[in-house]
Amino acid sequence: MSARTLLRHETILLALVIVAFAVLAQRSDRFFTPENLLNQGRLMTEVGLLSLTMTFVIVTGGIDLSVGSIVGMVAICVGVLWHDVGLPLWLAMGLGLAIGILAGLFNGFVITRFRVPPLIATLATLALYRGLAEGISQARSVRNYPDWFAALGQGEGWGVPNQLWILLVAVVIAAFALGLTTFGRTAYAVGSNEVAARFSGLRVDRVKLTIYAASGFAAALAAIILVSRVSTTRSDMGTGYELTAITAVVLGGTSIFGGRGTIIGTVLGLTLMQALGSGLSLAGIKGDGTIVVIGAILILTVLLANIFRRDGG
Amino acid sequence: MTSVAAPSRPGTGRAVRAAKSHGQEIVILIVLVVLFIAVGAHSPRFLSGNNLTSIFSGKAYIAVAAIGMSLVIIAGQIDVSVGALIGVLATIAGSLATHGFPIWVAWTVPVVVGIMVDAFVGVLVAYARIPSIVVTLGMLSILRGGLISVTSGAWISNLPPAFLLAQSRWFGVPVPVYFMVVLTIVMAAWMNYSATGRSIYAVGGNGEAARAAGLRVEPTIVFVFAVNGLFAGIAADLFGTQLQVIQSTVPPNLELTVITAAVIGGVSILGGTGTVIGSTLAAILFGTIESAFVFVGISAYWRGAVIGLLILATVLADMARRRRFL
Repeated sequence: MSARTLLRHETILLALVIVAFAVLAQRSDRFFTPENLLNQGRLMTEVGLLSLTMTFVIVTGGIDLSVGSIVGMVAICVGVLWHDVGLPLWLAMGLGLAIGILAGLFNGFVITRFRVPPLIATLATLALYRGLAEGISQARSVRNYPDWFAALGQGEGWGVPNQLWILLVAVVIAAFALGLTTFGRTAYAVGSNEVAARFSGLRVDRVKLTIYAASGFAAALAAIILVSRVSTTRSDMGTGYELTAITAVVLGGTSIFGGRGTIIGTVLGLTLMQALGSGLSLAGIKGDGTIVVIGAILILTVLLANIFRRDGG
Repeated sequence: MTSVAAPSRPGTGRAVRAAKSHGQEIVILIVLVVLFIAVGAHSPRFLSGNNLTSIFSGKAYIAVAAIGMSLVIIAGQIDVSVGALIGVLATIAGSLATHGFPIWVAWTVPVVVGIMVDAFVGVLVAYARIPSIVVTLGMLSILRGGLISVTSGAWISNLPPAFLLAQSRWFGVPVPVYFMVVLTIVMAAWMNYSATGRSIYAVGGNGEAARAAGLRVEPTIVFVFAVNGLFAGIAADLFGTQLQVIQSTVPPNLELTVITAAVIGGVSILGGTGTVIGSTLAAILFGTIESAFVFVGISAYWRGAVIGLLILATVLADMARRRRFL
């Protein structure tokens, strides 16, 4: 385990981010403006929150494919609890967060208690949670949220979008928890060698449960922010978010096999993806062409990192 | 696999062993039979020829794609890009057909392209040593984004009638059913009896041991992905010719449906075990459940939740069967 390899991947990534910003700023004078950058920050908050907890999940050698579905399920639950059941909106939001945590805990329970591989367990709950969202919503959407609720996803504080503050706080907490606490070290240990971690007396299952629950919580938070930003609720919300989040995390240098990865890397990966998405569309490349570039960059970065790692090995 | 086969008592020979190694297939078969009897008793039209035909024919492309996916998973890999690939290949087939190319060209080119794309994926996985989930995640983005940028989501219509393979029938049975049945039987036999088939199990079960035993691990992985591309191509031909139009977008979550069919069918995600018969039965099960919902009168919106529960129950049962409880 070397700080050098980590440094290398993140240095490559940082260089890529700088190059991307420079090239994109050249190609369109509307890219490198505070308005565009802040707006892009607003747009990346939901996936950003998911990719922070996804970093923890992947560091432990797991994966959580169900986060996109949890976003949809929580969004629908908040909408239905408020609009149809008639609860106050703040209570519906609180219950939504609780549902997210429960959904994550259930993932963790299936994974730790029944030893189901995370890929399969969360694939099953991906279908289950999305199915519940569809069943509860019956294809109806909920609209007409009060103004104070819209402020969360559309308003700003000190000139910066509100949800970007939330993301910022989340980044700091996640970076601290993964990098500087016993909890974070345990996560790395579990990902490097779970059996060894278990025999070293680490509470492997408890750490995993906590991480999957946190992942569910992040998804619930993202759901509430998303509903507030687009001021409507639909059962297909968050579809495909899991893949975007995983891409950001892996792009950020976290090993898909676990044991290696940082929050800074994830943030860089996320920034690169969002910048490319925004910059290329401003530069006149059709919206979906940017997804192609992101896919190619994902493969190329990991390829480059592999080559450097073997040379340095 | 860590499954500990209980020391079999003398006299409980072949049948028990077969039941053990094909437990998952048998479970699905029983579920299927129960469903048919229960729903058929509730509304006899469920068992009518027309409905059975639509159940078997409608999900045939998923069964075909799941055969390729089963091989990939048995080899210890994963492919999350197969849905996007099928979308791209179906669009290629449709474009060729509407631009006046001979029908056989329109059917063959997607298969060849599928093989090439997935062989490339296999090379990146085997030789560049990038984990397959990363390569195929990237490939998913490339294919999905590329498809929409090129077509702008425009539907392809005016498909020549002769092109619509999935709508034609031989001896009263829809063509997709033949593809599903023949390919399943051929591949099941091939995986079980051919040297290459066995080496795929060996590579997925324990790559290092397979290498030490003299198997050529890297070419095997490239080959498995190429076969997956082949089946994606055939699936695309069946999928793209089902309707009078091709929507030229990626069918949402198709990759997950295909992976799910393979896993429910008993292919262990840990690699090294499973058969393609199970995945085909699972694809048929999806079709049956969907149809049963209509006949029993349950809102189609709950279908996803039921399938989710079913997957979860199957996975938990599978884990119990493997005695991996602590």
